[in-house]
Amino acid sequence: MDIIVCVKSVPITTGAELIPDKTRKDVILDNIPFDINEWDEYALEEAIRLKERFGGNVTVISVSSRDIDEAILKCLAKGADRAIKIVDKLVAEYDAYTIAKILYTVIKSMKYDLILCGAQAGDDGYALVGVMLASLLRIPYVTFVKRLELINGSLRTVRELEEGFEEIVEVELPALLTVQTGINEPRYASIMAIRKARQKEIITLDLKSINFAESNFDGWIEIQEFFTPERRKKCIMLQGDLNEITTKVVEILRQKGILR
Amino acid sequence: MKEILVLAEHRLGKLKDVTFEVLTKGRKLAQENNARLTAVVIGYDIDPLGEELAYYADEVLIYDDYKVKEFHSEYFRQVLSHIILDRKPEVILIPHTSYGLELAPSLAIELNIPIITDVLEISFENGRFVVIREYFGGKLKAKVTLRESPRYIATVRVGVSKSEKNESKGQVTKMQNLDLMDIPYKRVIGLIKPPPEAVDISSAGIIVAVGRGIGDAKNLPLIEELSKVIGGVIACSRPVVDMKWLPKERLVGLSGKVVKPKLYLAIGISGQFYHVYGMMNSELIIAINKDPNAPIFGVADYGIVEDLFKVVPQLISKIYGKMYGEENK
Repeated sequence: MDIIVCVKSVPITTGAELIPDKTRKDVILDNIPFDINEWDEYALEEAIRLKERFGGNVTVISVSSRDIDEAILKCLAKGADRAIKIVDKLVAEYDAYTIAKILYTVIKSMKYDLILCGAQAGDDGYALVGVMLASLLRIPYVTFVKRLELINGSLRTVRELEEGFEEIVEVELPALLTVQTGINEPRYASIMAIRKARQKEIITLDLKSINFAESNFDGWIEIQEFFTPERRKKCIMLQGDLNEITTKVVEILRQKGILR
Repeated sequence: MKEILVLAEHRLGKLKDVTFEVLTKGRKLAQENNARLTAVVIGYDIDPLGEELAYYADEVLIYDDYKVKEFHSEYFRQVLSHIILDRKPEVILIPHTSYGLELAPSLAIELNIPIITDVLEISFENGRFVVIREYFGGKLKAKVTLRESPRYIATVRVGVSKSEKNESKGQVTKMQNLDLMDIPYKRVIGLIKPPPEAVDISSAGIIVAVGRGIGDAKNLPLIEELSKVIGGVIACSRPVVDMKWLPKERLVGLSGKVVKPKLYLAIGISGQFYHVYGMMNSELIIAINKDPNAPIFGVADYGIVEDLFKVVPQLISKIYGKMYGEENK
């Protein structure tokens, strides 16, 4: 089974204060580390597990603005066989539709049984690229997949709905699935394996080499202005040393009748 | 502007709350732009849903066909494409749900309609379609426009808008069945209902909830101790379930439970919307998080920016000491 996994490298913003730049159309991410998008990490793990059971190859594809991409090396270290990188300096400016068209341009001439994407990305949260790519390729797809099983050449998937509900959907291969977090437990990549990953096949392309037409740069989404969200409530921050803080908490809980 | 179309979502014979929220949002947009608001409901044996929807829209279109008994994105797309090509609405609003996201992006590609997802606010400014949505897990928001087009698709976030019923009913139109193309390569087999649960966190008065910040399952006993001395029930956010530290019955949020306890103590939870959705109406929210910029402080009443592994043990001994002290009086 030959599997393609689409991977996005995203800023890990936990702990960071995000500030828009002067134009307000962009965010300053200079000192923020990048890593594999969390959902993609689950998609990759699922691909590697399928390969381990049924054989075949796992190819990771990423559209990236970075020449050296730790996220891609990590994918190879975990067990992907090769990586295709489409490098372009302006990637951050492309919207989901443009990214889907770039991926489509590369993937349409490839041989594959299954394409896995993360259900969404942690930075923009669009949840668009996977289904757009499947629609451009005209292959069946299922979104928010939580479990999957190969039965007589078809895929039986369980997709996640809200409030604990799930739904069983079957599709014929080749197909595209967008993967929800929690489908598996992603393995870690050792530093040794990441170092060795450089020896694996990494194909670097750019928009010129894939003949990505100028007319394709007609993205749909344009960010006009980032701003810091107003808080829903006025949160009172408890200040002081640990002793003072915990004393205040106990006081509040007593006032509210939660502790007697 | 002529028409704003809203796709109604329903499950097991009931309209989802988000449907009324999106319709209310759609009505405001319609009023601002002199447009009609139309609700579309697709399914099998759904006349009562159409009647209910009539209180929220100028017109309700019912597409009633055995072929769309289940939510099947490809059949739903065929029906919606037909309606859009026929009526040419300027805006199509779809709930930002698992169903909505299985459908909306492919509809956008098929009909070449610009799409934006998970929107909080929608408006037209000088003829441009403008939305407000979050980025970076809620750390920033942005004003976003779509490329100019005769029509636009937006998926609308669940649980952030009010729903208001109209006094009078709109017109209800039953559509003729279409000759839908068979889709043999994708089959919806059926729903799986949530399994019976040992604990129902939605009825708890005090909830001690943990997130990714606890770092490891081996740190859970500390939180359990706090929960015990405070008389609470343990709950969690999504990463904790994803990593199998706690079972899904403990999950608060969009894919889990909605809770409204007297106290919600959020420990090491960043406050992504899919968690906040499930706890934002708690009476009292206290959040402990190392990250002063964590979105959880946007919904909390009290915030503590500290290492939870320092705060929690102190809190336990203070509460425990208090109880113990009083017993001895």
